Amino acid sequence: MSLVMPEPDQAVLGRRDAIVAALQAIVPGEGVISDPDALRPYESDALTAYRQPPMVVVLPERVEQVAAILAWCHGEGVKVVPRGSGTSLSGGALPLADGVLLGMSRFNRILDIDYADRIVVAQPGVTNLAITRAVEEAGFYYAPDPSSQIACSIGGNVAENSGGVHCLKYGLTTNNVLGVELVTMEGEVLRLGGRQLDPAGLDLLGVIVGSEGLLGVVTEVTVRILPRPETARAVLLGFPSVESAGQCVADVIAEGIIPAGMELMDRAAVHAAEAFVQVGYPLDVEALLIVELDGPAAECDHLIEAVAAIARANGAGTARVSRDEAERLAFWAGRKAAFPAMGSLAPDYLCMDGTIPRRRLPEVLRRMQQLSDAHGLAVVNVFHAGDGNLHPLILFDTNQPGQLETAEAFGNDILRLCVEVGGVLTGEHGVGVEKRDLMPAMFGEVDLAHQQRVKCAFDPMLLLNPGKVFPTLHRCAELGRMHVHHGQLPHPDLPRF
Amino acid sequence: MASLRPTTPAELAEAVGAAAASGGRLEIRGGASKAAIGAPREAAILDMRGFTGVVDYDPAELVLTVRAGTPLAEIERMVARQGQMLAFEPWDHGNLFGWPEGRATIGGVIAAGVAGPRRLTAGGARDHLLGFKAVSGRGEAFVGGAKVVKNVTGYDLPKLMAGSWGRLAAIHELSLKVLPRPRMQATMVLEGLEDAAAHAAMARAMGCHAEVSAAAHLPAAVNDGRALTLLRLHGFEPSVTARCAVLPGLLSEHGPVGLMETGEADALWRGIRDVEPLADAETLWRVSVPPAGGCTVAATLAPHGARWFFDWAGGLVWAAFDGDAAVIRGAAERAGGHAMLVRASEAMRAVVSFQHPRAAGVMALERRVRRAFDPTGVFETGRYLDEADAD
Ligand SMILES: Cc1cc2nc3c(=O)[nH]c(=O)nc-3n(C[C@H](O)[C@H](O)[C@H](O)COP(=O)(O)OP(=O)(O)OC[C@H]3O[C@@H](n4cnc5c(N)ncnc54)[C@H](O)[C@@H]3O)c2cc1C
Repeated sequence: MSLVMPEPDQAVLGRRDAIVAALQAIVPGEGVISDPDALRPYESDALTAYRQPPMVVVLPERVEQVAAILAWCHGEGVKVVPRGSGTSLSGGALPLADGVLLGMSRFNRILDIDYADRIVVAQPGVTNLAITRAVEEAGFYYAPDPSSQIACSIGGNVAENSGGVHCLKYGLTTNNVLGVELVTMEGEVLRLGGRQLDPAGLDLLGVIVGSEGLLGVVTEVTVRILPRPETARAVLLGFPSVESAGQCVADVIAEGIIPAGMELMDRAAVHAAEAFVQVGYPLDVEALLIVELDGPAAECDHLIEAVAAIARANGAGTARVSRDEAERLAFWAGRKAAFPAMGSLAPDYLCMDGTIPRRRLPEVLRRMQQLSDAHGLAVVNVFHAGDGNLHPLILFDTNQPGQLETAEAFGNDILRLCVEVGGVLTGEHGVGVEKRDLMPAMFGEVDLAHQQRVKCAFDPMLLLNPGKVFPTLHRCAELGRMHVHHGQLPHPDLPRF
Repeated sequence: MASLRPTTPAELAEAVGAAAASGGRLEIRGGASKAAIGAPREAAILDMRGFTGVVDYDPAELVLTVRAGTPLAEIERMVARQGQMLAFEPWDHGNLFGWPEGRATIGGVIAAGVAGPRRLTAGGARDHLLGFKAVSGRGEAFVGGAKVVKNVTGYDLPKLMAGSWGRLAAIHELSLKVLPRPRMQATMVLEGLEDAAAHAAMARAMGCHAEVSAAAHLPAAVNDGRALTLLRLHGFEPSVTARCAVLPGLLSEHGPVGLMETGEADALWRGIRDVEPLADAETLWRVSVPPAGGCTVAATLAPHGARWFFDWAGGLVWAAFDGDAAVIRGAAERAGGHAMLVRASEAMRAVVSFQHPRAAGVMALERRVRRAFDPTGVFETGRYLDEADAD
């Protein structure tokens, strides 16, 4: 693997037994894992190309334990990597050889449900879907719905600012979280936000969401819940070209319609998904668009026809409106199977996550095809079309020497292309280790330094999840002094990885 | 008072850098519509109105990039022409301080986290700021966020910048999320409810399929003896009609629910947004609490001759209250929220910080974050009354 992580601290590795003993004193019983075989399940998250068993795993149950662990590690200069359910696609929860892996899975209780204020207070290890399950009987749900929602934790969602197919209409995690309890690396327990809408001072909660476990460990989350829409209907639209599908998306929005979901699949994705689940997708299309409307029946009926008409005006050959819930779910089954369907095309795939201005879609897909030819690897595209979030899936075979490296290089080229056309490196999966070294494609040194100083305000010794997000590990003291002249960094000797 | 009016990012960086190097202080200012919020102070003004105009606006992308000194009113007119809106319903504080409307700039609106009734369901300024360009207190130009609606690359600095009240950086360019303007708006109204019943009715309405987008309650004391509970719905005509029809049955225990005439409703919502019912208040507070807490805050203030009304389904209490700040701040805290001092005499503002004090640990962390952007305190003008512990 081409990834370089911070050099393990030999002195810390040498003290491993003492560190394990100290953690056992804080979390007695089964809560500390140090046996090498038992560490193996923790060696990667869902970005399995990168693996590293941690020095030790600790699974606290109470906030006091989290605070004690962090304070102790801070005092001893030991690094800590937080982990939720380990479904990150960017390597955010990748362990460090000389680091403690702090697993939050035992924080699995819902603490409060308040329908009058429309909030749920949950511990961070509660899964995304469990929040909806806890309130659905009363007619509510939690809106952000990453495809991984049966497994991923709400704490991980906060750390990654996760999205889902419904986030154009309902927002990402950040738009749905009202407050957190956070433990800093120094072991201080803080409450940011609450159950009200506005913060009293600086919006620190806003920067915690999406901070990828680098600023603090989230030990409690307060989210907004919404009444479940009365109905949902979907329409399946087949287009003769990606351009016409893209124009349809723009026209739907120009009509003032913000659909609950708007997903585009390219020809290869349609064929792979149909072969995998046989839901009746049209195969004679260059692009397939699924548009979902939700709300009262009167609204869905009105808008679904409007969307179908816009699609036909843009040359859609197929325009099938779901007649019942079963058919709506069938439309989605293909899209949801897009990732597993890749298994029938290639042993491995890398899922990219750039966002682009939607108007550049045809050009981006064309250039992606050229890159695909140049790298000799196939790419399949699924796309959160409403918000311009691309998920190119690069197909490869790890067992072929060099293919992982080629796939990574191809992926990097795609992300650079996204930035070049005015987009970003990641729309919802996070930077982690995967896009870390590409950060300079989007941000200059001064921009990154301003972000890194925020890190210093929370964790001045850089002990919490180091080696993620930022390509260069500046010591905080250096950042405080740093002045960039004519683009020259004053400390060319600092470690970059 | 000295005033600097840069017109390019380089001039802006130069101005801030020079002030920081000489230990000076700068107050970042747009249209000055909120200048009377916070403690009286004597800092040089960094006038941002040299940065105006649209940088990029493609309605279909739902993204608008403008320079920070552009008047809010101009932006609202421009997006309205494209059938779009700033969904957080920002507004001009000029009215509150007896200035002509139209002075507020988009930069000031975002920096003060200003949002109106629709904030309840559409999110606040923070939720609509996608990216920015700014000069930090270090005198360095930097960017945060991006110009697309979905982005998680790096820390979400736009969230930190929205509502930072000019303490971190001088923003000169902003990218905002814009949304389609609803085709239709309707307001359903209940009359004569006491605060507690109004809260219950609003909670009920917010928890049902009607997709109410804004909910406010005007007690009789601030509305010519007529208590009104207002529920606003928007969307496409068939949908709005169907959703309005849900409410009378759902809220029948609270009395009849009627459809309000559009002109009257629009005027009322505008008044609620601009705090008109308390326009004559000497001391004006803005209390942000969990919705159910609004009632308990009001009950605490009642014996003190206060007047108030509720927005955000009860979660925003505007209160005219001339008594001890500790009373209203204590009530806000007990309800799980906080109270901002929006309008008060100079004497009061000189001793009562306009922002609600946070827990010590949070204050210390905020201070470290501020120092990260502004190491010399060039933006610490004396306005916030916590500068003393700002090192
Ligand atoms: C099949 C599949 C589909 C997916 N679909 C989507 C999708 O549709 N949309 C989307 O946005 N993402 C998606 N993801 C990515 C992933 O599920 C999300 O990023 C998710 O939020 C990660 O949650 P987790 O609990 O697994 O976190 P982990 O993977 O355990 O950790 C992720 C990051 O969060 C940090 N972290 C975890 N818990 C805490 C805590 N309590 N305090 C502080 N930091 C913490 C970790 O250090 C790490 O940096 C998908 C992943 C898979 C495998």
